[in-house]
Amino acid sequence: MNLDRLLPNLGEWLRGIGPESDIVVSSRVRLARNLADMPFGNRANAEQKTETETRVRNAVTTANLPYALEFVDVAKLTPIDRQFLVERQLMSRELASVLDGPRGVAFNETESVSVMVNEEDHLRLQVMRSGLALDEAWTEIDRLDDALEANLAFAFHDQFGYLTACPTNVGTGMRASVMLHLPALSLTKEIEKLFRSLQKINLVVRGLYGEGSRASGDLYQISNQVTLGKSESRVLQEIREVIAQIIQYERRARQLLLKERRQAEQDRVARAIGTLGSATMITSEETMELLSTVRLGIQLHLLDDLPPTTVNQLFIHTQAAHLQKLMGTPLDGEERNAARAKYLRNRLRELGSHQR
Amino acid sequence: MKCQRCPKPATFHITEVFGHAKYRDFHLCEECAQRHLANPDASLKAAQTATPPLPDADLTDEFGGKHCPACGLKFVEFRNSGRLGCPRDYDVFKDELLPLLDNIHGDTKHAGKQPRLQPLRQANAAERERLRGELESAIRKEAYEEAARLRDRLRQLDDPAPGA
Ligand SMILES: [Zn+2]
Ligand SMILES: [Zn+2]
Repeated sequence: MNLDRLLPNLGEWLRGIGPESDIVVSSRVRLARNLADMPFGNRANAEQKTETETRVRNAVTTANLPYALEFVDVAKLTPIDRQFLVERQLMSRELASVLDGPRGVAFNETESVSVMVNEEDHLRLQVMRSGLALDEAWTEIDRLDDALEANLAFAFHDQFGYLTACPTNVGTGMRASVMLHLPALSLTKEIEKLFRSLQKINLVVRGLYGEGSRASGDLYQISNQVTLGKSESRVLQEIREVIAQIIQYERRARQLLLKERRQAEQDRVARAIGTLGSATMITSEETMELLSTVRLGIQLHLLDDLPPTTVNQLFIHTQAAHLQKLMGTPLDGEERNAARAKYLRNRLRELGSHQR
Repeated sequence: MKCQRCPKPATFHITEVFGHAKYRDFHLCEECAQRHLANPDASLKAAQTATPPLPDADLTDEFGGKHCPACGLKFVEFRNSGRLGCPRDYDVFKDELLPLLDNIHGDTKHAGKQPRLQPLRQANAAERERLRGELESAIRKEAYEEAARLRDRLRQLDDPAPGA
């Protein structure tokens, strides 16, 4: 499969639509599942991993679903292609470059559904929705789980539920997360306090690219920690309640910004656009920070000639692997920063002339 | 031997197979056996967790640490890596895992989704096994009418109506 054809698409999580999409970027539900008669990945030999891959691959590609899942052999991908799929949130960094041996990822045309094979668990199912749509994501992944179960016997225990390689995932095997854009709360430094209170109720906050990554571009993922003893619907309800509260705080902080320092914000947004459109070297970090400011500017109507989906496109296209694919050549760090700046200059000039 | 479900003496001894080399013995009186055979589903819940008991001697190595007979994992290895080796480990190291699970999740009992098709599939496997046994004995007894009936039932099980 030539992954380049995905380049023009935004993927489900960056479509920029859906409920509360001024703050909620995307909702995601993941399920960990394991075959009943196979050792977990860390204890499986190459032969067993191959068998797991074959069985899951067959089940995934023949599953009775309203969409087709195309299987990609991760072991055969170039490092740039692997990174590309990580940036598109279709697979984890672990599957891309930490793990080795037979492994794969299957996903659908719209990139809303993906199944990783031979990650820490034999299967990691994922459903994405843009905006706040946890229920829809759950309904979809529940159906996917059933469809795969028709051909695969999953390890299930009467007391412990779905069995996983790590006891932190046992039970439902479910990790539900919501990605939020919280620039106003970050600006007013209220965010630290908020996150400390979340930890007390067993929710985890992470940066954009999952475990261990720090928040960049004011993007935060909030997810559940507990998988044993609470039903899926109860966990989703708990997350929904917290998210509703955070949305309220962020909206209030945004209104306060407008009321108390509108001129200063206007200036900050204009400078962000200015830098993005004129820099000759720019890192991915700085790009994400500036795009965060531009995104906030759009939401606050301080800037109205740029649609939010354009920000999403600039966001994904300036990630390392996307950039290298767009340029058609591998680039080292310095070269990337120059190529990124050039891409942003050209795109913003195009958009400017197109709009006027 | 007493019936496993009531105080009457057990006169039926049934071995059921639940796919993937999982067996379960039932020792039942005639009445309970009939109820059981009429409705194999009822016994499945119990059977799902019923991995056969393991001889203790096999589980202890020279350092006195348990290991899993299926994947060979020792508990100390789990302590170091944080990863279990196979689904069996949850039973092998149950005593050690319980406090850990309680610590992580504040609970030790699953309260969510259960496989929807697996119980049906296992029920079918058990039923198929039972019918095959009856079929063999019918053939031995040259009860060919009975054998034909059993063969039809087996064919029905192999080709279930979709969505059943
Ligand atoms: Zn009885
Ligand atoms: Zn084991």
